[in-house]
Parts: sequence; C-alpha cells; structure tokens
Amino acid sequence: MECDWPRDLAEALEALDADPHASLLAGGTDLMVEVNFGHAKPKHVIALRRIQALQAWEGRRIGAGVTYTRMEHGPHVALAQLARTVGSPQIRNAGTIGGNLGTASPAGDALPFLAAVDAEVELLSKARGTRLVPWDEFLVGVKRTTRRDDEIIVAAVLPERLPERQAFGKIGVRNAMVISMVSACVTRDDDGTTRVALGAVGPTPVRARRAEELISAEPTPSAAALAEFARLVSEEVRPITDHRGTEQYRRHASGVLARRLLERCLAA
Amino acid sequence: MRITITINGIDTEADIRGPESLLTLLRDELALPGSKNACEQGECGSCSVVLDGDVVCSCLVMAADAHGSTVRTVEGYGDHEVLHPVQEAMLDSGAVQCGFCTPGFVVAAAELFDTNPSPTSDEIREALAGNVCRCTGYGAILRGLEDLSANNAIAGDQTP
Repeated sequence: MECDWPRDLAEALEALDADPHASLLAGGTDLMVEVNFGHAKPKHVIALRRIQALQAWEGRRIGAGVTYTRMEHGPHVALAQLARTVGSPQIRNAGTIGGNLGTASPAGDALPFLAAVDAEVELLSKARGTRLVPWDEFLVGVKRTTRRDDEIIVAAVLPERLPERQAFGKIGVRNAMVISMVSACVTRDDDGTTRVALGAVGPTPVRARRAEELISAEPTPSAAALAEFARLVSEEVRPITDHRGTEQYRRHASGVLARRLLERCLAA
Repeated sequence: MRITITINGIDTEADIRGPESLLTLLRDELALPGSKNACEQGECGSCSVVLDGDVVCSCLVMAADAHGSTVRTVEGYGDHEVLHPVQEAMLDSGAVQCGFCTPGFVVAAAELFDTNPSPTSDEIREALAGNVCRCTGYGAILRGLEDLSANNAIAGDQTP
C-alpha cells in the first residue's frame, strides 16, 4: 500500500490528481471498519488529518475535518445535539463532518441537519478549483455522491442565517453507540417557517415538504395541526425494512419523532 | 513503507504493508498487546489509545496514518512499581473481573482524570461511554473512580 500525508490542500490535490482512485482518509471510522472486515483493501491512501485548512471552522463554513467532538461544543444547537449522539467519545474524537458527507450513509447523523438548513458542500479539485453543491445535488443515493474522483470535500457551508429554534433526535435500540433507525432535524423561524429533514428513512435525507408547508402556515399550531404534521411526515418518508427496523415502524416513528422535535422548537 | 510513531515516549519505526490498523501494528508487530482486539468496529473501546492527545479506538486508526504522531497505549500508564492513580483506584474497588476490557477503561479514565482530577459521576460515565464490559462490572469501576475523584477533591482543597 502507498500512503501520502499531505500537509496542505495543494499537496493533497496534487496526490489525488496523480491517482484519482486513491482512497481519501479522514477519521477512519468508516473506512477502517470496511478494512477490518475485509470489504476494502485500499492500494493508495491520501491521509487528510494533517491539513490545517480542513480543520478550520469559520462562521458558516465548517471545515471537512471538524470532528463530532468539536461540533458538540459548537454554536448550532441541533448540530451539537446530533454530534453528542454519534458513537462514543472515541468515535467523536475521530469522525468528521466531511467523512459523514463522503460516506453518505443513509444513517449519517449530520445529514438531516445539513438537509434541514439547506447546506452546501464545498468541493475542490486541481483542474477546476472550487465547486459549491447543494446537499440534495451532492447526496444522490445510498453511499453515492456527486463528488468527482479528483475532488476533495473541503467544507460544509451553512446559510447566512440559521433559525435559533432547532432540534435533532434519533431513535435506535439503546442510548449510546447506536446507528440511527430514524433520525430527524426540525428548525423553526420566527415567522413560522418550519423545516423537517429525516435520516435513515430513504436513500438520502428526506425533507417532508408537505408537512413543512402545513405547519409553516400555523403561527401557534393546534393539537390537530400537530397530529396532521406527524401524519404527513409519516406519509412522506420512504423507509425500507432492514436488520435495524421495519418499514412500518420507521414510518410511524418518523411522525412521532418529528412532532416531538417540533414541540421542542415551539417551547424554546 | 517505513513509518515512525512516538509510542509511550519512544520513537518507534515500523514497516507497513497494507491498510492494517494501528491496533494490529501495536499487537502483532510492536509487542504491545495491552490494547485488546474485540469488535474491530469501534463499539467496544477495548483498543482505546491516545493519539495526538485524543482518546480513539486504535482499531479504527490506519497504522499508516499514525506516521509522525504521538501515541500513548495502556503500557504507557504506570509501571510495575508505581501504578497510575486510576489503576490504583480500580484495584482498590475490585473493578477487574475477566480483565479484557480493563486496558481500554484505564486509558479512557486516565485521560479524564489527567485533565479533570475530580470529575462528577456524570462526567465519569460520559468519558467511559465508549467502553463496554461484558462481565457488566460497571458498578465497581464507577465506584473506584468516584472514590478517586472524591479523594482528589479533598487533596485539592488542602493544597494551599
């Protein structure tokens, strides 16, 4: 195996340009599980951990190398909440937001947040420079993204202004070290504009647009409106049955979870 | 490929052939079997080490990516003469049953106590949330560390 340890983005782009099929290594929490179980045997690895530019978190631009531990202590409520639910302290010290985007697992916990706030993904290549891609044009399927072979994920870029009221929650078989069966992020603006994105209930995060539309028009939602919101969320998700849970359970849990998170936003 | 890692204060060279984990390197090549191999997917914490200041699962660190880094394994805490206070506390409370998870608990707890000498019970639980004990001996582990925290608080109060 060959390994590069670039010190900056220019060196990393050079290495990737020379071998676009090289594996990009961030925290290793996804790639090494594949390696340990014999599902991946990279021949060339570009290790990104030493690149300072990827560690930067400036305002709305979160460097791809920012770990969950740092997100846990960051300024965004839902991002901090979701970071705290990821794995264990050991995993949160290693796993990064760029890795979550690059792996593009349906259960990636940072993804519902990025979807709810309409974040963009910043990519960089030697040939074309910087490219900003909306989350829903970046995440296109189960572990599938539109990252080109010569591109590095550089940052997640949030919008100028985020709603102060935001909440994240997830459901799994226990509290610690669990992969989401359903995850959700809800945000609500002062003018009532509400967004809800759900994870692990479709190939990519699902925005429940009809539920958003209904509840955004309700300044103080009644019990009936909340129930209808939950019903629409359950209708709009596209879960499957797998070893973590059934389609039916996930559909039901999506509505319940989204409504609870919305209630938390309304009470905040 | 030849790499250099500073392990427990000693500059160590190693030959890397493939994408194997730091855990494999430590155990199979460097005669440091204290870090234990169990789940190989970051769920059990028995392979915990400190990499450049952060507690991580060494099974999820590619050995090649540890090049130029500083690693502290369980062998780097205490010695046969003087134990780390966390090891002493776990010994006093009978916190070891089969012992397989113990190295991971020692590393995670020692990192907590070295930065925060008298953590609360919640802080202890939080720091150990990534370590699994299949003997379910958590009670004795927590009691030992809570006692250590309380003793450190008293000692801290007495320091002028």
